[in-house]
This record gives sequence, structure tokens and C-alpha cells, in this order.
Amino acid sequence: MTLRSATRARRAAQLGLAALCLLACKKHEPALGVEPSALAGAPSSLAGVPPLADKFKEAAVIAVDGSSTVFPISEAVAEEFRTVSAARITIGVSGTGGGFKKFCSAEIAISGASRPIKPSEVLACARAGIEYIELPVAYDGISVVVHPANDWAAQMTVTELRALWRPQAQANVQRWNQIRSGWPDAEIHLFGPGVDSGTYDYFTLAVVGTEHASRGDFTSSEDDNVLVQGVSRDRLALGFFGYAFYGENEAQLRTVAIDDERDDNGKGPVSVSPESVTNGTYNPLSRPIFVYVSKAAAARPEVEAFIQFYLREAARLVSDVGYIALPEQVYDLVWRRFARRAVGSIFGGSGSRVGVTVESLLGAE
Amino acid sequence: MAPSSSAVRAPSEPPRPRVVPGSTLASLLLPGAGRPVSPLLERLLEFGLLSCALLSVATTAGIVAVLAWETLEFARVVPLRRLLLDTQWTPLFHDQHFGIWPLIAGTGLTAGIAMLVALPLGLLAAIYLSEFAPPLLRRYLKPALELLAGIPTIVYGYFALIFVTPALQRVLPGLAGFNALSAGIVLGIMLIPMISSLSEDALFAVPNGLREGAYALGAGRLPTIFRVVLPSATSGIAASVILAASRAIGETMIVAIAAGQQPRLTLDPRVPVETMTAYVVQVSMGDTPTGTLEYRTIFVVGAVLFSMTFAMNALSHRFKRRYLSNSET
Repeated sequence: MTLRSATRARRAAQLGLAALCLLACKKHEPALGVEPSALAGAPSSLAGVPPLADKFKEAAVIAVDGSSTVFPISEAVAEEFRTVSAARITIGVSGTGGGFKKFCSAEIAISGASRPIKPSEVLACARAGIEYIELPVAYDGISVVVHPANDWAAQMTVTELRALWRPQAQANVQRWNQIRSGWPDAEIHLFGPGVDSGTYDYFTLAVVGTEHASRGDFTSSEDDNVLVQGVSRDRLALGFFGYAFYGENEAQLRTVAIDDERDDNGKGPVSVSPESVTNGTYNPLSRPIFVYVSKAAAARPEVEAFIQFYLREAARLVSDVGYIALPEQVYDLVWRRFARRAVGSIFGGSGSRVGVTVESLLGAE
Repeated sequence: MAPSSSAVRAPSEPPRPRVVPGSTLASLLLPGAGRPVSPLLERLLEFGLLSCALLSVATTAGIVAVLAWETLEFARVVPLRRLLLDTQWTPLFHDQHFGIWPLIAGTGLTAGIAMLVALPLGLLAAIYLSEFAPPLLRRYLKPALELLAGIPTIVYGYFALIFVTPALQRVLPGLAGFNALSAGIVLGIMLIPMISSLSEDALFAVPNGLREGAYALGAGRLPTIFRVVLPSATSGIAASVILAASRAIGETMIVAIAAGQQPRLTLDPRVPVETMTAYVVQVSMGDTPTGTLEYRTIFVVGAVLFSMTFAMNALSHRFKRRYLSNSET
């Protein structure tokens, strides 16, 4: 073998190796992708690598995730917080359930939730040793909406809503006149949030009586704008979603007044509005929405500063983005709850409860 | 036949560069062509090119394997008859049903409407381009028509949702905001260039002798086109139509945006439906935990979809081969 051809052979071998490496690296891409979170989960293993550890510390990232309903509020707060702090805030939208999953595995510091924490999530957090501080930040009134040209469904009782949405209605209740005789003999087109959303959880609990039990033959989308488009362009549609999405599209939608058939909290049908939600008469579809902070994360100065900023500015920003602010004295109670670092849920960890105000729960503490 | 008159068409096949015997792959690819290259490098390059070709085959094989595996896992929990004999599709809800027919109906409905639009328009465009258009016009019109194929499908989707649907609602008051009709029509518009371009190739490839023979027997222009040219291009046209139909079935963005997300066993084009592709989008964008039965449903839907488009593509391939062998004789 001559020298030249030997070099060439070596070069070819190198080329082949490089190609192999390329293939191998490509194979490992997903593994690389999860590495940062693995690092974050085990900071002690970084002790031997000071420069990298420092870099992580310097960045002061506050990871927020969770409900798409709470997202507009957190986003608005984070935007303003940027003017007073150097901390970097990332906000994901995994839905209330998805947020708690990450929260209870210490991936994030703060999780937005459109319902209180559920027993299964309490368990997951306890198992991981995560203590959480529950902070109500706003009220939402789940709005039942129809097309503006719908001139029959001005109000509905909860019983009628239940008959329409319960699992037994699937493939059976298909026409408007099946809900109330006198309404048109025309098909009804239903729109509602996806099954991973806290809004769906709360609506099914409040209306059907069992969380997560509803008919399945409706247009179900995690994207509330799809629901708005669907209802606002279909005379035969009925849908439900958070108040902020109604407020943004007031001209193209009409709300249905809800009668809970109880006279002790407002007689007859009540329309959704900031007043009826705050004074507890828009029942049973009013609910508080929350952020959950991990107690360990709250010890970090930038997280503490962010939450304090959040609670201070919430009243203003909540109305800006279309939700309903809690009464001032309730924000005071929430502030004190955070200052005490009171862990656990005021709902007792059993998920949503219908027809209670945050005020009474916090006041009773 | 003497190739003297100007009407004689060039053969559709472009002349191929001939590979000079003795030249190697490396000498063709590398600068300084003609220099002798070592056989090892030569073989390496060949291997590289082969792996490029195998990559897509391997990808397809991988997809088939994943779909088959997940479908089998699904079938262990849910017997196949629940998939095929039920008429409701609600895997994500309290009362679980796994009847896939509503999704197939939604897919068939949008694809059917699309073909009703694309087939006549595409075919007539192809006939015009091949038989009537002056050469200069044809030179500009054909690429212009093919531009339609370059529009991103998400643009088509929103075009259907915020332009076509409101426009149709003026004519059809009962039309819902999400409906199969407008999604199908826009899907059809998207498919026109596919049908017109491939069919035009097939028409253009019909030997001129056939046309001249028809004229010689006294046939007029239209009878020549519809009785002689079209029939002899049938297999090429059929190939293009089947390919377009398979594309219509697999199309995702337009139907996910404009046709709705409600599985409904209906052939009414005015109400929201959900196609197989839209269902996959819906679940994979949501928060359904991986590895659950609910999550597996998207692989089952994917497997059904894949077998449908695969069957159609295979059919189209057969037609295409027949037309190629026809046009050579």
C-alpha cells in the first residue's frame, strides 16, 4: 500500500466515522432536549461545575405554566414586571391539569389554574414534597353564549343546561325544541372547551354534577378563539367559555341568562356581568381563578417580588384583560396569605366547589 | 409519418444527458471532472447516494411500524368491532365510543366536495391548455396555474373560514360557521393545478398521429378531443385524479380550520364535521397524556388514513404505468 492511498483510506475512514457520528447525534437529539430540565431538577450534581451553575443562577428565570384562562392575566403582569426587574419570566399554556403536572414535578415555580387543585394533584405534589401556596387572583363567570340572531334562548335554567350537556344527551338531544318546547325545530350546534381545560372541568361539575362528565358530540377545542368563531357565525350554535373571551367579542355574541332555580342568591335568570359575578348571584357558573406558587420557589427573592407585584397590580390588570377583579379586601386577605406562606388549598384539596365565594373561604381561615 | 408540418409536437420526454461509458460517479460530481478518482471514494459516494434514497423508504417503514404497533395495542383493549360497528366517535369523553365512521364521513364529505370542484375545472383547464391554447399563452398560463399549488394550506384554510364561508352564508342562510362545504370547495381549488397539470401532461403525450387520423376521417375538433384524445389519455387522467383524491383525504390544515371539530355522522355539507386529520390535530395539540388509550386513538385514525391514501396512491401508480406504456406504443 502506498503512502498516498493509505492517507486516502484514513481520510475515508474519518469521513465514515463523521457520518456515523452525525447519525448517532441525530438519534440522541430528544435526549439532549430534556437535559436542561434534568439539570434544573438536580442542582447538587452541578456543584463541581461552578461556571455553569452560576450561569443558571444569574439568569433568574421564573417558570410559569398552566391554565389558558389565567394566561392573559399572568402575561399582562409579567410584561409590566419586566420594567422593574431583570428576572426572565417564561409562561407556558399547558392547561390547568398540564400545569399541575409540571408544578408537582418541580419543573415550574408558578402554575395558573382555573379551578382549585384536585386530590390526585394534591397527592402528586405531596409525593414530590412540593408545598404550594394557593392565591386566588380573579373571578371568572363562565359565559353561555349564542349567536346574536338567536331570538329564542334569552335565558335557560341549570336543569335545561344539564339536560343538554350530560352524557346521556349524546346523540339524543340534537334539536333546540328538545330543550324547551316552543324553541325552533332546528339542529343545535354545541361548542365547548377541550377536556383538558379547567373551564370544562368546572362547567361539568357545576352543571352536570360530575366533573369531566359531558356529552362528547360537540365541537371541542382548546383554543377559545375557535369557539368564539364557531358561535359567532352560526345561528344555531350554543357554547360556553371564560368571560374574557365574551368581553373581547361582545358585538358578535349574546350571553344567555342563567337561572339556578334558587331564590336565595338572586331571583330568576341572571346575566353574566362583573356585578353579578362579584355579588355571587351569577350562579353556579362564577368561579375564582388562581395561581399556585411552590413554597420553595417563593423563597427566591425574584419569585417573591413577582408574586407581590402580581397581587398589587392584579385588580387593575385583571379588568384590563377582561376578567373580574376580586374585591379589594379579598386581595388584602390573599396578600396576607402569601405573607404567611400559608400552604394548602382553601378548598380542602378536593377540587372545585360550586357556589362558594373566595371571600367567605378566606375570611373563615 | 413525416415530421414536416409545424403542428407536429415534440415528444414529451426531454432528451436525457447520456452518461459517457467509463466515466465514474465521482468524476461527474466532483470538480475537475475527468481526473481519475480512487475506487474507494467512488464507492463511498455511491453509498452516500444510496442512503439518501433509502432514507425516505426507511422513514415510511418506520411510520408503518409505529402505526401498526399502536393500533395493535389499541385493538387489545378495544375490539375491532367497536371501531367498525359503532356510529359515534367520542374517545375523549365520559361515554366513550370508538366508531370511526363519523370521521370517515367527514373526510369523505370534504374530499368528495373537493373532487366535485377540482375534477371538472382541472380537467377542462387541462383540455384547454393542451388542445386549444396558443403556445405562447400556454407557456405562461400553465406555470401561473401551478402557482396555486405553492400557496400554503394554512392560507387556504383561513381563506375558507373568513372569506368563503361568509360569502356562502349570504346564499345559504342555514350554513354554519364551520362546515364541510366551504372547506371542500377551497380544498378543490387547491387541487385544480394538480389535476390540470398531470392531466395536461397525459393529453399532451397522446401521439399526434391519433389526432391527425381523426381529422383525416372527417372528425371535427371537439369530437377528436372527446372521442379520441381523452379516451387514449384515460389512464394518465385517472392517475392524476386518484392522486388528487388521496391528497384531499390527507389534507389537514384547511379542514382543521374551516370544517369544524365535531365528529358527526352526516352527509349534510352545511354543518360542522370533523375529518380524520382534524381529529389527529385536535388530540395532539391538546393535553392528552401519551400512552393512554385516548392517545392511541390518533394512531388508529392515522393507520386507517394511511391505508386509504396508500391504496389510492398504489392505484394511481398502476394507472400511470399503463399510460406510460400506452404512450410509448
